[in-house]
Amino acid sequence: MNSLERTERSASSGFTIDFKALGPFLALVGLFILGTAINEAFLSGGNLANIFTRAAFIGIIAVGATFVITAGGIDLSVGSMAAFISGAMIVVMNTLVATLGAGIETVLIGVVLSIVLGVGAGAINGLVSTKGKIEAFIVTLGTMGIYRSLVTYMADGGTLSLDFEVRGVYRPVYYGDVLGIPVPVLVFFAVAVAGYVLLNMTPFGRKCFAIGSNEQVARYSAIHVDRVKTMTYVIQGLCVSLATIIYVPRLGSASSSTGVLWELEAIAAVIIGGTMLKGGYGRIWGTVVGAIMLTTIGNILNLTDAISNYLNGAVQGLIIIVAVFLQRGDWRRKKSK
Amino acid sequence: MTDAAVHAVNPDQQVRTRLSGRQICKSFGSAQVLFDVSIDLMAGEVHALLGENGAGKSTLVKILSGYHQPSSGELVLDGAPVTFHDSEAGENHGVILIHQELNLAEQLTVEENIFLGREIKRGWFLDKATMRQEAAKLLSQLQCDVDPKTRIRDLSVSDRQMVEIAKALSKKADILILDEPTAVLTGREVDILFDQIRRLRDQGVAILYISHKLDEIKAIADRVTVLRDGRHITTEPVAGLEKDDMARLMVGRDIKQMFPDRTPGHAGDVALSVRNLSVDGQVRDASFDLRRGEVLGFAGIVGAGRTALMEAIIGLRERSSGQIERNGNPVAINSLQDAKKCGIAYLTKDRKGSGLLLNMEMRPNLTLLALEKFGRVIIDRKAEEAALEAAIEAFDIRAADRKSKVGDFSGGNQQKLLLAKVMETDPEIVIIDEPTRGIDIGTKSQIYHFIGDLTNRGKSVILLSSEMPEMLGLSDRIAVMAAGCITGILEGNDRNEHEIMRHATGISGKQGVSVHE
Repeated sequence: MNSLERTERSASSGFTIDFKALGPFLALVGLFILGTAINEAFLSGGNLANIFTRAAFIGIIAVGATFVITAGGIDLSVGSMAAFISGAMIVVMNTLVATLGAGIETVLIGVVLSIVLGVGAGAINGLVSTKGKIEAFIVTLGTMGIYRSLVTYMADGGTLSLDFEVRGVYRPVYYGDVLGIPVPVLVFFAVAVAGYVLLNMTPFGRKCFAIGSNEQVARYSAIHVDRVKTMTYVIQGLCVSLATIIYVPRLGSASSSTGVLWELEAIAAVIIGGTMLKGGYGRIWGTVVGAIMLTTIGNILNLTDAISNYLNGAVQGLIIIVAVFLQRGDWRRKKSK
Repeated sequence: MTDAAVHAVNPDQQVRTRLSGRQICKSFGSAQVLFDVSIDLMAGEVHALLGENGAGKSTLVKILSGYHQPSSGELVLDGAPVTFHDSEAGENHGVILIHQELNLAEQLTVEENIFLGREIKRGWFLDKATMRQEAAKLLSQLQCDVDPKTRIRDLSVSDRQMVEIAKALSKKADILILDEPTAVLTGREVDILFDQIRRLRDQGVAILYISHKLDEIKAIADRVTVLRDGRHITTEPVAGLEKDDMARLMVGRDIKQMFPDRTPGHAGDVALSVRNLSVDGQVRDASFDLRRGEVLGFAGIVGAGRTALMEAIIGLRERSSGQIERNGNPVAINSLQDAKKCGIAYLTKDRKGSGLLLNMEMRPNLTLLALEKFGRVIIDRKAEEAALEAAIEAFDIRAADRKSKVGDFSGGNQQKLLLAKVMETDPEIVIIDEPTRGIDIGTKSQIYHFIGDLTNRGKSVILLSSEMPEMLGLSDRIAVMAAGCITGILEGNDRNEHEIMRHATGISGKQGVSVHE
């Protein structure tokens, strides 16, 4: 009978590539090969440093978003939160120049302020959605508008610029390097490692998975559901504040257009990385790869004339859809039919 | 139930095989769940498929109806090999499966559901009048007085089942497969369903009836096929089999003792004392003591407030008044975390909705409730693996693959895992709500003996169950609730079905209070 043939087929299924786990990495390798083929300058140290440095902003925010999404939530406010924190930092540091001078103290106070604001904003998102029993989508849609208009108000519709001297002191945080590795890349790496440990190896991470899978089961398993969910937003806020700290010295300014659409890029990085949007399953390394992929696409388009750089968003969009399609794995089953 | 236990096949009807499965094997990933199973469904015959949870019944019928493809083996329809690529192909050949889990669109009406995907049209538009008439006709055949215009979400579970059956009838099924259709039906509804099954059989429909209720199989089936651990054990006429025989074939051994020995009077000091506990609108003034080493049953009809009382004790539901004492000391339990600290564990009756994370494997499920035991900062995976190893051993969890998702497990294995999960907290008091719902007889007995072991080790158990044999077989004392009140606590010779019913309906004992004052 055909049983032999059938067994062979089922045996061979053991060799198929697990797209869910390896997909993002393979896609990134593919992008790098493509980039090198298009322009040899792609693999130059300077270009790679540029890609990773730029990926760091979205990447750090996306690590935070991985927690929120794994626990079944969503945070749309991160882009405006980053803009608001940048604005507040610049205003406060400029004011301090008069009393403290443009020294390291001024920058440190700015950094501490950023962390306080980030953690506070995250806590507000978390507490309002859990205690107020309002969907996170709605709460963060609201705070997104609030932070965005606060920064516009602070800048009076224009641009806030950091004091020139302070900028000089603060500059190494973005432009500096340690052993040739840019500071933002180091921060990104540290955040990713910390995120990985927290999500995959601690009780807190396990609880995030449980809540995202089934909140009711989590509640019946003596998990403080509201507390854990709020913590994920606090982590998100902290990540936004870290990203902002390395972002401010880059341009030394903030305006109403700072951080526009960052929330969607962060969510895209998370999804490309294999985290499930409906919660219950998250992967930090996937997120890191996702953020690097998004930046790499833009970089490759800069290096070639074949596709206009203005189509960056279209290519990114296509990649997101294809990535999710591949991860679902349905396409293989359909083909075998 | 119904009259005749055995039905001879209508002699006028030519006995012919309609659908056969031949040497069906099926594997999911590395786990093989069916081994060379063959089965013949004949026209005008009710064929029962019997087996424990996880024996492969549901998988087999999904293959017969096209939901799954066999890994090897073939289907034969009216003598010719056939392949059903999907359930639609099966339905087009007249093979219709009514699932264990109902598949109705909750927001649509009864008639819309019955004709979903096969709407009757006049020109380009829906012919609602005809569909309504047809739906009403089908429902009246089933003596189901549901209005075709009702939305499914407003129906009781048993009415939904009837709608499912009406839908199958409307598809002109001539090979009808029913996967545990009576799990949610009341006695009268079961009778109506059986009448319908007999009517269909007499019309020449081939019926495959899946159940692990032996009474039902005696009542309705002509032949029975027994599966055990994915293997075909036997196919024989039901007439020649007693219930004990069937149970033995199904389990593969004699169930010597369904219930553990309960030596009366071994209970110790009061471990838990509940005084005047009330929950707004659900429980009124409940007081009871639970002793060390005893099983205290809680009986009552659905809605009597038993689950509400238990959830109030463990802090999942707000109490309007009442005190709780553990070992004579007052305790404040306002959350499940507090209850856990007081050594009280609760086993939910809704193992899929609030018990287990179905999309995850066993390990995280097992340790979720007692996570701090496995490390406060970093989870010790080795310790988790060891705990899983121990739990699989202690609770006899039979999973082909440890990495497979808990949602793919049989109900019995899920229940064992849930028990193991709760026991990870090492509780002194275990509250078990419906320990054996939807579980086969062999696993049931295992769970009963496990409860017995608990009490022998000095733990106390509160048992909520709607199954009378289990209530009587396990409990030392039985508290009966009616309308939110404990109407009596029965001991000794009063522990019988008659007294329980009298108290549950409020005929005797403390007067039940109207819940909606």
